[in-house]
Amino acid sequence: MSTTDWPLWEVFVRSRRGLSHTHAGSLHAPDAAMALRNARDLYTRRSEGISIWVVPSTEITASSPDEKDSFFDPAADKPYRHPTFYEIPEGVRHL
Amino acid sequence: MTTMTPDAGTQDEAAHEARFNATVAADERIEPRDWMPDAYRASLVRQIAQHAHSEIIGMQPEANWITRAPSLRRKAILIAKVQDEAGHGLYLYSAAETLGTGRDELLDRLHTGRQRYSSIFNYPTLTWADVGAVGWLVDGAAITNQVPLCRCSYGPYARAMVRICKEESFHQRQGYELLLALSQGTEAQHAMAQDAVNRWWWPSLMMFGPPDDESGHSTQSMAWRIKRHSNDELRQRFVDICVPQAKSLGLTLPDPDLSWDEEREHHTFGPIDWEEFREVLRGNGPCNEQRISQRRTAHEEGAWVREAAAEYAAKQVQQQRHTREEDIA
Ligand SMILES: [Fe+2]
Ligand SMILES: [Fe+2]
Repeated sequence: MSTTDWPLWEVFVRSRRGLSHTHAGSLHAPDAAMALRNARDLYTRRSEGISIWVVPSTEITASSPDEKDSFFDPAADKPYRHPTFYEIPEGVRHL
Repeated sequence: MTTMTPDAGTQDEAAHEARFNATVAADERIEPRDWMPDAYRASLVRQIAQHAHSEIIGMQPEANWITRAPSLRRKAILIAKVQDEAGHGLYLYSAAETLGTGRDELLDRLHTGRQRYSSIFNYPTLTWADVGAVGWLVDGAAITNQVPLCRCSYGPYARAMVRICKEESFHQRQGYELLLALSQGTEAQHAMAQDAVNRWWWPSLMMFGPPDDESGHSTQSMAWRIKRHSNDELRQRFVDICVPQAKSLGLTLPDPDLSWDEEREHHTFGPIDWEEFREVLRGNGPCNEQRISQRRTAHEEGAWVREAAAEYAAKQVQQQRHTREEDIA
């Protein structure tokens, strides 16, 4: 049996309270508990985190880069979703 | 699409390539699931793998001194550094894996001599001062090489390099501090520091690779923005950085031709013995055989740990399934 039988895990680290977990990288481990330990040794050797998530890479569903344009198109023609779209007379405050 | 004509296929390919080129030209990053030319992928796998191998083979010459470090402080520092190098290897194997080549396959290529690691690690660490010289010069040269790689066109490689560069700076500083302590110590300690620098200087300059006019992969790598500077450019930058640092150490660099060139505003340095470099690459360096055989032994002797962990994980899954079935019943 070789390490190929060890699944790949994606590692997410919360660097401090108040921030969300961010993708830090990936690693191989036989199970979730070992993945957490390996992640601690690999991605938080300098106190870079206070919380770690590990997720089997195969459990992640990703959008396809090929349909990048069509998939995200619906948001492209809706500038009125941004506050800068609106013209407000000068001098109006707290708006 | 089943009705696609062969013509549409080539058109598709051309559109993909155009988009790839535009992304690189705009200095944006290529990400794992993007289309990329086969040669770009192959070139990255080769470079990242060689880089990863260098990190883990590089653990050996320094680990050689862990048990003999002269103080607990130095020992703790050296362990931390060697552990970092293992981490660097893992970041890089992960980056290579995003291109479709797994760690097992790459380790196999290393163990069977189909892929290389940096020739620098085929030199022995003869004295404690070598730990200092390696930190200052070898990690220093690596940093000079690696900082521009933080802006490499392939996203996962660039991100790995950002992490690595952050961690490398302690490696270089601890080496410098170590050499300084020896240089300012007894006469024998000073001589030991000088001897280590004498032996590591030239091999460190070789770490930047062959001169520009002989470097095969360079032009294409620069066009793809994997590489940002030529070998000679980086080597010059390194020499310019080291000369004043050596002075502050109270040590000399073993090059009688080393001098400041007013006009170029760079240091001129003597000829590099490229025959030695080629010999070491060919496998005839002082430690080539030892490095690979130690790596293989470590891998083989660690097999039972990997197997036990996998076996344990499989049993846990089985047990969980069992309890669930009992719960249902
Ligand atoms: Fe490193
Ligand atoms: Fe290092």
